Amino acid sequence: MTLRRLLLVIAGGMLGTAARLGIGLLIPNAGLLPVATLVANVAGALLIGVLAARLPFDRLRDRGGDIRVFLGTGILGGFTTYSAFAVGSVQLWTDAPLLAVLYVVMTLGIGLAAAVLGMRWGKTKRRA
Amino acid sequence: MTPLIFLLASIAGGVGAGLRYLVDIGVMSLTRGRFPWGIVVVNITGAFALGVVTASIPDAALVIGAGLLGGYTTFSTAMLDALALWRDGERPASIAHLFGTFAASVAAALAGLGVGTLV
Repeated sequence: MTLRRLLLVIAGGMLGTAARLGIGLLIPNAGLLPVATLVANVAGALLIGVLAARLPFDRLRDRGGDIRVFLGTGILGGFTTYSAFAVGSVQLWTDAPLLAVLYVVMTLGIGLAAAVLGMRWGKTKRRA
Repeated sequence: MTPLIFLLASIAGGVGAGLRYLVDIGVMSLTRGRFPWGIVVVNITGAFALGVVTASIPDAALVIGAGLLGGYTTFSTAMLDALALWRDGERPASIAHLFGTFAASVAAALAGLGVGTLV
């Protein structure tokens, strides 16, 4: 860890958070469903898949370039959110349990599929 | 959302991301093995904190909630970590990571909402 990397993460996190807030302004919630959070999380999962395929990064040993840390840990980390997903699921459960289950299955299911797809896409592009 | 609140929330998101980076490195230096405990801890503590903020200070929902805690927690890295475990052949750990993080975060959110109501 270096101060330069910490500052890159903070700068990226600001941009990613601004983009997530922007999506919140652009996409109205469909009834009770937190659509904007779902869209940001799925899009972020897709993009981090692409990023992981193109710029391998070992977070455990902190082996990876500054660009990877800025884009992945900073921008995409700030863009996606787990806290809003968890609290949103709980709140939705009290109002509409079936919709809450749908929200959780969609977030985890499509999010995981998006990350796999992003990885495949990133690898194909690198080969081309 | 006023432009000032938008700006403040974005800055708070950057601070949250920096905090996540530090907590991840700190937790990973305390643990052994390949299991990504760092981001697991980040997402569970972030869900708890958002529960507290949501129930106790709704006025701070945008800057502290969507900004700071939204930037602190991450969904993209959580998905990537689950996939990485799966690809490394650690399939039980991958499944435990995916569902364990979710279950623990929901429990933490509930606990946070409860605590926030008492405050």
